[in-house]
Amino acid sequence: MSTFEFLLQGLASAAQPINLLYALIGVTLGTAVGVLPGIGPALTVALLLPVTYRLDPTGSLIMFAGIYYGGMYGGSTTSILLNTPGESASIVTALEGNKMARAGRGGPALATSAIGSFVAGLIATLALAFIAPYIVKLALVFGPREYFALMVLAFVTVSSAFGDSTLRGLTSLFIGLAFSVVGIDQLTGQNRLSFGIPDLLDGIEVTTMAVAMFAIGETLFIAAQGNKGPETVEAVKGSVWMSAQDWARSWKAWLRGTAIGFPIGAMPAGGAEIGTFLSYATEKRLSKHPEEFGNGAIEGVAGPEAANNASAAGTLVPLLTLGLPTSATAAIMLAGFQQYGLQPGPLLFVTNPQLVWGLIASLLIANLMLLVLNLPLVGLWVKLLTIPKPWLYAGILLFATLGTIGANPSVFELGMLLTFGFLGYVMRVLGYPIAPVVVGLILGPLAEQQLRRALAISQGDVTTLVQSPIAAVLLILAALAFIIPLILRIRGRGEVLSQMAASED
Amino acid sequence: MKHFFLASILAGALALPAAAADYTIMAPAAPGGGWDQTARTMQTALQQEKIAGNVQVVNVPGAGGTIGIAQFASQQKGNPNALLVGGYVMVGAILTNKSPVTLKDVTPIARLTGEYEAIVVPASSDIKTIGDLVAKLKENPGAVSWGGGSAGGTDHILVGLLAKAAGVDPTKINYIAFSGGGEALAAILGSQVTAGVSSYGEFESQIKAGTLRLLAVSSDKKIEGADAPTLKESGFDVVVQNWRMVAAAPGLSDEQKKAVAADIEKLAQSKTWQEALKTKGWTDTYLAGSAFDEQLAKDISATDLVLKDIGLVK
Repeated sequence: MSTFEFLLQGLASAAQPINLLYALIGVTLGTAVGVLPGIGPALTVALLLPVTYRLDPTGSLIMFAGIYYGGMYGGSTTSILLNTPGESASIVTALEGNKMARAGRGGPALATSAIGSFVAGLIATLALAFIAPYIVKLALVFGPREYFALMVLAFVTVSSAFGDSTLRGLTSLFIGLAFSVVGIDQLTGQNRLSFGIPDLLDGIEVTTMAVAMFAIGETLFIAAQGNKGPETVEAVKGSVWMSAQDWARSWKAWLRGTAIGFPIGAMPAGGAEIGTFLSYATEKRLSKHPEEFGNGAIEGVAGPEAANNASAAGTLVPLLTLGLPTSATAAIMLAGFQQYGLQPGPLLFVTNPQLVWGLIASLLIANLMLLVLNLPLVGLWVKLLTIPKPWLYAGILLFATLGTIGANPSVFELGMLLTFGFLGYVMRVLGYPIAPVVVGLILGPLAEQQLRRALAISQGDVTTLVQSPIAAVLLILAALAFIIPLILRIRGRGEVLSQMAASED
Repeated sequence: MKHFFLASILAGALALPAAAADYTIMAPAAPGGGWDQTARTMQTALQQEKIAGNVQVVNVPGAGGTIGIAQFASQQKGNPNALLVGGYVMVGAILTNKSPVTLKDVTPIARLTGEYEAIVVPASSDIKTIGDLVAKLKENPGAVSWGGGSAGGTDHILVGLLAKAAGVDPTKINYIAFSGGGEALAAILGSQVTAGVSSYGEFESQIKAGTLRLLAVSSDKKIEGADAPTLKESGFDVVVQNWRMVAAAPGLSDEQKKAVAADIEKLAQSKTWQEALKTKGWTDTYLAGSAFDEQLAKDISATDLVLKDIGLVK
């Protein structure tokens, strides 16, 4: 049978009414658990996997795919509405999404996120079906030095994309970098800055930091303003649906987000959040409305949301073609598959074609189901914002705390949540951007480890970093991204830059 | 609002293990890893075989299990319904992290499963046998980069032991630690490192597909179906098993300890457990009672020695 026939056969079995029902249940459960801050898709899947054990293989795979996509999407909903990212891949979504929600445009933000996730999921799943073997060859070329160059590129593009003041952005980034060295050094197994506290041995949990900075910091900030604070939250202004202009501004961002997210997700050490950072930086640079960034630009939601879903499908590339579980979620999926005798690995496509194509078809169905479930609910979700402020923020605090305890039941973790929440509050008062702290915490260890691995392999020879063509190109791109805006700023005080951005599309 | 309602129920279930639970198993690692899978497989088997009523799994990830064991020892003291999953990696982590809580502070019940290690090179490598690899290592220890799991873990220990057995200074080995098996495997397949070390199961499908070449395994006797000698047969007196165990809380009475041990024995012999071992490719290395205590003490002192040799523990 050809690839295409296998896919059609898979779709036919996945489209049976009972299997559609399983997909719906999976998506609903996944979304419900995924909205809890601190509970990412990995834990969602681990918690709900036993539910699927009772079903036959097809039904189980379909429900599983639903849970996976539902968990991914649930994180974005809270990011947009409550400024409380459910997992690290939806941190960037909160930046523009929440601003939109406060300006009464929560509906279009949720819609562009749902449709963007659908479009990205669709394209990326098809890409998984047809070009996975080629993508994976590219991904294997990436060794420590290539990853290090990629991280440098991410640092440069990302730090220039947050906030108006580069100095303040960099200050926040370095606070994040400082926090990122806490814990056991992965390459030598030695403790750093843990001060004898066992809870710090494993470093600072990114979701704890993100939830604290965004949700707790925000709540403190609002509470400190008392009744004087401007009544900025408007549930619905204009239509709940996306206008023609929203569509026009979103579709390119979806496609670009997909193009960035999929290959990065397919890299064994890529990670979904890096794709979202790069997508956000790209959208800001290419936007015709750069002034809207930071105040609710729809491209800033559309791009990263597409990137994070595309990267979820990308993760399946090494899993299905090599048997490499490159994320916690993928590792749990592996455990789930084994009960059907499916052993992921290089021979999987040959030995178990029915199951593999069944899974790919299930992902497509789950993706569609997610859209069907969530678009009608947008109106309902947005109503959340009409809850009076004291109730709403009390609710956010409750969910932030529950989510953190749920993911890691420890008093110390809760203390960290509150401490970082307070730090977030202070930074907000002083006008420092929050997101670069979290970005530094995520990218810092990756960049450091890859650099040290690269140097260990070359036995200390620094030129190894530019000897690989891919690494050299990435580093040159990073240098250009750093130098060109500087020159342009000196010459035209930014005018040229915005003109250039405008003429580019 | 239905979602929030549902979500809060689930969160509640997460935060508070039900009071009626017959066993609460702590997996001192994130969901998805070996310990988590062991705990969840135990959960299924204990319930299906009706050995226990309600079984919950709690994840306390971090630092090779030392965070979990510290929390377990302090919070579950005297609780006969609490179980902890652990393993050989924990032995090394306790030593490297200078953890104040050790396996002496809990009640080890039994060893359940084990996996042997394998040494591989990419199929394109010019290294054909373990002898070739060791010859390169002797020539210039730094030029041979080893890709494997976390620093001080089973993979690292095996490389240290092999270097020592081959007469190479273990502090000179160039071990590159990767987070998680997937990332290490990718680096080996991509020829980023000279050789790779991990459990045999992790490499098995790649070896069968011909993308990796198996040089040696760390078992006592040849592994069935594996086309390579043991390290012992190759002239290096090294046997390493990455085992997983289950422990109970500290401060149990003798009767309580016996009851737990009896339940675990029932589990190990049950049909559900044995079938799960087969699908997951785990070897049954069940060992309990004083035999296990002796083996554990032996493993701890040997590990301490090799970590000192590598230079991770002073």
